[in-house]
Amino acid sequence: MELTKSQLRSDLPAFKAGDTVRVFLRIREGEKERVQYFEGIVIGFHRNGPSSTFKVRKESYGVGVERTFPLHSPLIENIVVKKRGDVRRAKLFFLRKVSGKKARIREKKDWLGKKGISVPVEGTAEIPEEVVAGAEEPAQTEVTETKE
Amino acid sequence: MTTGLLGKKLGMTQVFDTQGRVVPVTVIEAGPCTVVQRKKVQSDGYDAVQLGFGAKKSQRVNKPMLGHFQHAGKGAFGALRELRVDTDSSLEVGQEIRVDIFREGDFVDVTGQTKGRGFAGVVKRWGFKGGPGSHGSMHHRAPGSIGGSSWPSRVFKNMKMGGHYGNERVTVLNLRVVAIQPEKNLLLVRGAVPGAKNGLVFVRRAIKKGNGQ
Repeated sequence: MELTKSQLRSDLPAFKAGDTVRVFLRIREGEKERVQYFEGIVIGFHRNGPSSTFKVRKESYGVGVERTFPLHSPLIENIVVKKRGDVRRAKLFFLRKVSGKKARIREKKDWLGKKGISVPVEGTAEIPEEVVAGAEEPAQTEVTETKE
Repeated sequence: MTTGLLGKKLGMTQVFDTQGRVVPVTVIEAGPCTVVQRKKVQSDGYDAVQLGFGAKKSQRVNKPMLGHFQHAGKGAFGALRELRVDTDSSLEVGQEIRVDIFREGDFVDVTGQTKGRGFAGVVKRWGFKGGPGSHGSMHHRAPGSIGGSSWPSRVFKNMKMGGHYGNERVTVLNLRVVAIQPEKNLLLVRGAVPGAKNGLVFVRRAIKKGNGQ
């Protein structure tokens, strides 16, 4: 059954809920292709093999914006982990209800570093750039806006 | 041209296409099917091949069937099904049909036996809305009115009511072949296919799409 393994991506850096990430996404506009990024806090993973997704939340001009990315999408150019968050739960949906000081997330102490394990901070994954023929529709991504 | 074969539904998953879009697919283990019998217009009145799919232990087969299978010489099969062919078809008894009769981008029709739901009410069987769950409604999943009283004094035929649902033969037309993996006999078609996992399905070239394009 697991024929879709070849579609899974192992080239992205490891990140968890609570981390602040910058997701570089390939966008096609007519003939041109450019890379756009979306930066925010990872508020949860939906782990389901090749259909896995993760949700990133950010505040944009006072409006909360959440975006769901397919974890293994070939449209993701790169993911850069900006900060490691120290959180105690897997889903940070409570962030939708809090704002200001309450919405801060403690940064993780570098305890891994003390043990001599290097923490991958910068994702330097390279993806072979295949020229995509045809046009229209970037991946199904869902942008949900929540009132603050 | 060979137009179809038998297979087993393995389940659903999703893949990314060349543009990075998510495509929902059903994975079918299609073939290999063996031609067990070749029917001809002279002897049978029409041209067809009988396909066998899925190995079965020979001691589980009765003797008349065993003799029938011996013509093909590929052991016994769990499923048999006929497929109409042209009079000049080159298919011979014992020949194998594999998934490579299809190409990526072809359109296929898939036939299967849907999951049986037993005696189902109108909400499940016909998609009726049903009544409110609470606030003293006393009208939850009931069908409501089924017609007038003094006129016509009867219930019209074909009124949508509860009854047996599922476990019927259904064909889904024009599913696009997303990918094939001939070494594993796998066929990935876009969308859903009737039946449960491990259910027997019949895949044929789409009859309403010209030459499968």
